[in-house]
Amino acid sequence: MTGLLAGLDGGKLLRHVLGAVLITFLMTSLIVGLELVATQTGLSLRPRYHIVLYCVVVVALGSAAVFALVERSWRLPMLVGVVLAALLLVPLLTGNLDSDLAFLLPFPVAPLNWLALFLPAFILMRAGQLAYASARPPAAAARRRELSRTGKLISMGLGLLLILAAFAFPVSPWGSRQLVDILTIVLIYIMLGWGLNIVVGLAGLLDLGYVAFYAVGAYSYALLSEYFGWSFWVCLPLAGLFAASFGIVLGFPVLRLRGDYLAIVTLGFGEIIRVVLINWYEFTGGPDGIGGIPRPSFFGLPFQANAPKGGGETFASFFGLSFDPYHRIAFLYYVILVLALFTNWFTIRIRKLPIGRAWEALREDEIACRALGLNPTNVKLAAFGIGAMFAGFAGSFFAARQGFISPESFVFIESAVILSIVVLGGLGSQLGIVFSAAILIGLPEFFRELEDYRMLAFGLVMVLIMIWKPTGLVSHRDPTIRLHPRGDGR
Amino acid sequence: MTPLLTVEHLTMRFGGLVAVDDVSFTAEQSQITSIIGPNGAGKTTMFNCLTGFYQPTTGQLTLAGERGDFLLERLDGHRIVRDAGVARTFQNIRLFTGMSVLENLMVAQHTEQMRASGWSMKGLLGLPSYRRAEEEAVHLARSWLDRINLTDKADWPAGALAYGDQRRLEIARAMCTKPVLLCLDEPAAGLNHTESHELNDLLRWIKEIHGIGILLIEHDMSVVMGISDKIVVLDYGKKIAEGTPAEIRDDPRVIKAYLGEPEEEDLPDIVAADLDLDPGAR
Ligand SMILES: Nc1ncnc2c1ncn2[C@@H]1O[C@H](COP(=O)(O)OP(=O)(O)OP(=O)(O)O)[C@@H](O)[C@H]1O
Ligand SMILES: [Mg+2]
Repeated sequence: MTGLLAGLDGGKLLRHVLGAVLITFLMTSLIVGLELVATQTGLSLRPRYHIVLYCVVVVALGSAAVFALVERSWRLPMLVGVVLAALLLVPLLTGNLDSDLAFLLPFPVAPLNWLALFLPAFILMRAGQLAYASARPPAAAARRRELSRTGKLISMGLGLLLILAAFAFPVSPWGSRQLVDILTIVLIYIMLGWGLNIVVGLAGLLDLGYVAFYAVGAYSYALLSEYFGWSFWVCLPLAGLFAASFGIVLGFPVLRLRGDYLAIVTLGFGEIIRVVLINWYEFTGGPDGIGGIPRPSFFGLPFQANAPKGGGETFASFFGLSFDPYHRIAFLYYVILVLALFTNWFTIRIRKLPIGRAWEALREDEIACRALGLNPTNVKLAAFGIGAMFAGFAGSFFAARQGFISPESFVFIESAVILSIVVLGGLGSQLGIVFSAAILIGLPEFFRELEDYRMLAFGLVMVLIMIWKPTGLVSHRDPTIRLHPRGDGR
Repeated sequence: MTPLLTVEHLTMRFGGLVAVDDVSFTAEQSQITSIIGPNGAGKTTMFNCLTGFYQPTTGQLTLAGERGDFLLERLDGHRIVRDAGVARTFQNIRLFTGMSVLENLMVAQHTEQMRASGWSMKGLLGLPSYRRAEEEAVHLARSWLDRINLTDKADWPAGALAYGDQRRLEIARAMCTKPVLLCLDEPAAGLNHTESHELNDLLRWIKEIHGIGILLIEHDMSVVMGISDKIVVLDYGKKIAEGTPAEIRDDPRVIKAYLGEPEEEDLPDIVAADLDLDPGAR
């Protein structure tokens, strides 16, 4: 046992794990530990001890492993991996499929289940290895390459080409309804990825509840239009503002925490917002969601077949076109394209401002930041708030596009997908996020016919990218300001 | 004249351990005050109290600089730097290793830059007033880079610099916050002979040209004896001596703290070697 803990401060480990366990216990007992059941006499709450217990055990083991990784003791993470695997395997591979964990291994045949277990395990190990590498100071960070002059030109050219192609696409011969629709979804995730990149990639705050702000944006528009009849274009900035305020209000108590504590608590907040949306039936419609959300208009011209009731023009009649639903789809595509490009422009620009540099500095060393007179809480809040604002914009667009929203669209897996996009793209890289969003969102949408196997393919792609490019698709960092023009003085 | 920094009855306890025990001393403007002592004497802990990383158990820390009077133990860590003007470096260098050398110096000017960028609004719009402020910041950074001979490497990641360069960069970064008191935690650690000579020159230059007070923790006696105006000696958290370099090198309590109970005859040579004296002086 002592050999296992070699080089570890046992007391520190214990405090670390107990802290994580306490937070997990408090949050899970509220969120997943209670089940609302309908009985003959009415609704009642039923405690789900085993889920709480399970979460606590997993978090305890996980945070012990992370701690050991950071403190560079290799044996403990191994042991924890074995215990976790055993915890998963024993009930499931013995065929007890009614357990609460059955969803983890959904396949009827054992080999597929083994595969499904193997893949996430592999990803986890790889992630652990990366975390270990990044916990090693200077050398690793310094090796982050800078682009050469030609590399820079190529990536700028590529970016410009992509933007031009994106604008031309719907009117080009290839622009079909299905394709434009898929691209619209990809663009939503690109925008979300760019927004989350501010929080995770630049400021280095691990936010696992980003989807909450997406939900706030979506519900802001849906509710404002339902209760006040305001149009999309009025609600869009308001939705961003609401989401940003939520980010700041939630961030204030949370941002004092670090690393995995922050991750756990943001995850919890994400779930709390969803649970509130489900349960506040009178206001949000609960699980039924909100329908009939109006679509955005083109400077007041709606996209519909017949003129609106009060008279007036539609988009088609105004431009002397015959009505075609493709107009609306293409228009939505352009709206999200412009929103996403705005996000990109904003991020690139703010990175070069003092606040952007402060974010990156904070990611590298919070203590040094304090010693330079930066107020870490404010700097983090700014990142949290601005990241949330873009999620809010994206959310209100999502509501307008779908015409119907319900809490089901804002589950934890969405946060995880957005985070994967950012991480796979190469933390902090704008172009990388485009590629990884295209791969992670676009490909599965294309292969919808494959149904459940999509998720398997999703995992496979993640693993392949992790092996092929462990630091993400595009990983280099250009200084935000240079003393010497590129190419000399080095 | 009131001293720049007055430390009165500073005590810092960690559970049962008294890391700093009722220490009082003063540090003057335009002077280098060195703090020496064996390993674990509580030097770094004292810095951490001064710069707000630890809340002292008891004691009063008064800073009377040109920005006004401050009670440091009542300020938050970041405000000690921003408002009172106490900058510091760390025993184990803490640069932003992935960011460029120039960026490190720009982050140090965050407070002013933030204001100039109108909390990012002016900056986003690219207004000329912000661009001017940014140019000024680059100008200040550049003058420091020229001083520490790192102008050529301004766009390198800070982590790629040689060790001695990183030490000097950290000092320049602290100076870019425009402090009235600069606290250096073992800046000569790991430097070779030439480098520590350069460091001496740099510190003297800062003291004379910028007229600020410098608090210096140092083990390298050639640095300490060469440039200090005053030396404070700590041992097991207690102040055991205070005075000019000449007074300190002859103080029997200091010699004892460094070498344990002396064997009268063969002592002087060893002491001399450690304190970098010439043996004839005794
Ligand atoms: N956060 C802390 N918690 C508990 N004890 C601490 C803490 N920080 C320092 N100490 C203890 O206080 C004492 C003084 O440590 P300090 O780091 O100030 O010494 P130092 O004089 O800087 O030594 P060195 O020359 O090795 O840098 C040591 O015994 C150390 O173990
Ligand atoms: Mg020390």
